[in-house]
Amino acid sequence: MSAPQALNSLEASFSEQLTATEQFQLAMRIAGQHAEDVDTQGRFPSEAIQALRSARALSWYVPYDYGGAHAQIDTLSEATFELSRRCASTGMIFAMHQIQVACIVRHLSNSLWFENYLRRVVREQRLIASATSEVGVGGNLRKSIAAIEPSPASPCGLIQFEKEASTISYGAQADDLLTTVRRSASADHGDQVLVLTHSSDMEATQTSDWDTLGMRGTCSPGFRVRATCIPDQVLPTPFAVIAAETMVPFSHILWANVWLGLSTDAFDRAQNFVRSQARQNPGSTPPAALRLSEMSVRMAECRALVRAATQEYISLAEGEGRSMLSTMGYAIRINNLKIAASETAVEVCQGALRVCGFLGYKNGGQYSVGRQLRDAHSAALMIANDRLHATNAALLLLHRDGK
Amino acid sequence: MKDKIRKIIKDHARLSLDVEQLDDFADLGEAGMTSHASVMLMLALENEFGLEFPDIMLSRSVFESIETIAVAITSLQHMEHR
Repeated sequence: MSAPQALNSLEASFSEQLTATEQFQLAMRIAGQHAEDVDTQGRFPSEAIQALRSARALSWYVPYDYGGAHAQIDTLSEATFELSRRCASTGMIFAMHQIQVACIVRHLSNSLWFENYLRRVVREQRLIASATSEVGVGGNLRKSIAAIEPSPASPCGLIQFEKEASTISYGAQADDLLTTVRRSASADHGDQVLVLTHSSDMEATQTSDWDTLGMRGTCSPGFRVRATCIPDQVLPTPFAVIAAETMVPFSHILWANVWLGLSTDAFDRAQNFVRSQARQNPGSTPPAALRLSEMSVRMAECRALVRAATQEYISLAEGEGRSMLSTMGYAIRINNLKIAASETAVEVCQGALRVCGFLGYKNGGQYSVGRQLRDAHSAALMIANDRLHATNAALLLLHRDGK
Repeated sequence: MKDKIRKIIKDHARLSLDVEQLDDFADLGEAGMTSHASVMLMLALENEFGLEFPDIMLSRSVFESIETIAVAITSLQHMEHR
């Protein structure tokens, strides 16, 4: 390549980069513009997701080798946070998609099928949903009833499964589905694998509706999923490893950013309200400012916790540290992050409601915090905090915390 | 030692299959040991062998099979006798 050519291609990639950043900012704005309507109608935030596709944000985590942007979890965290400040449903969909991408990227073990699939994710900006929940397992991520079986109708080694998923976020809108199933019909409930299937090749029947208190735009009803695929579409790494090293830490870190984002939105609204009070009566600090100060302590704690967890994950994610992700100590810490961040979100949104009073209680308007509060209440339920406390309680019988 | 381990697994790991038939290298997770059962198994092992697993050893890879458990206990016993 000659020097001018090299310069041209450098400029081209630079302007592409700039455009990508600008396009992401545009996606953020679009998410905010439609947030109220998405919440009121309980509809998928299609405008924001389309804008994220234009920004090529759905393949940020895919490595360079497959055409992605090779982003790390801190970039995804920041993007999740910024989206969630404007529309928590959009932020949650973005987060959940990235968690699926990360499970594939980090555990494909040289599978040619999945390498090609990642190239398709980059090219087509495919949206991936997750079907880990199942009717009958009591909300246990590490337990499946559905199993992979040989497809009786096909002579050429096809496999099939049928799963009664109690909830699949954006299941009707996703291009692909990553599903936990037992390795075979004779495998134990805990012997799971992940299988990737295309929406166009499977039969998904909606079995319940999604008319909820909050997070209405994630559109997460139940589905009965029936799919047939080739054995290559099963990720080679056992799900036990994927869950410990990627799915659980990625989920808790990115979800915490969703909750931090929506509580920052509520906090900002409360702060604006207090400022407007102060402006009307210069010279005296409004009484609500004290409550704002209390909320700011909780926000600072939560930000510090989320950042520390993100940094710890980055330091352990590759190489020798990777085995640390499967220790009890790490499991306790990452569960603690989820519990603390989910509780703070509700507290801060409730504080904002007290500060803003009836203007906060009313739907619509710049001081309204109803949507944020309703969205925040989902946090304690997504992998129930009680379940995490029960897990940590057992782990603390062995692990000495606080070192 | 492996017989002792096998007995403790039988009492605490709550596997759906017969522990006597279990190969030393068989994956206990695949045999149905839940994470809660693995905690109970570790507590019982600590009690039986009179040792404490350091935090670095509290991971799935150490409690993957009868073989890996035996290796972990042996290495801890060596460290204590030094």
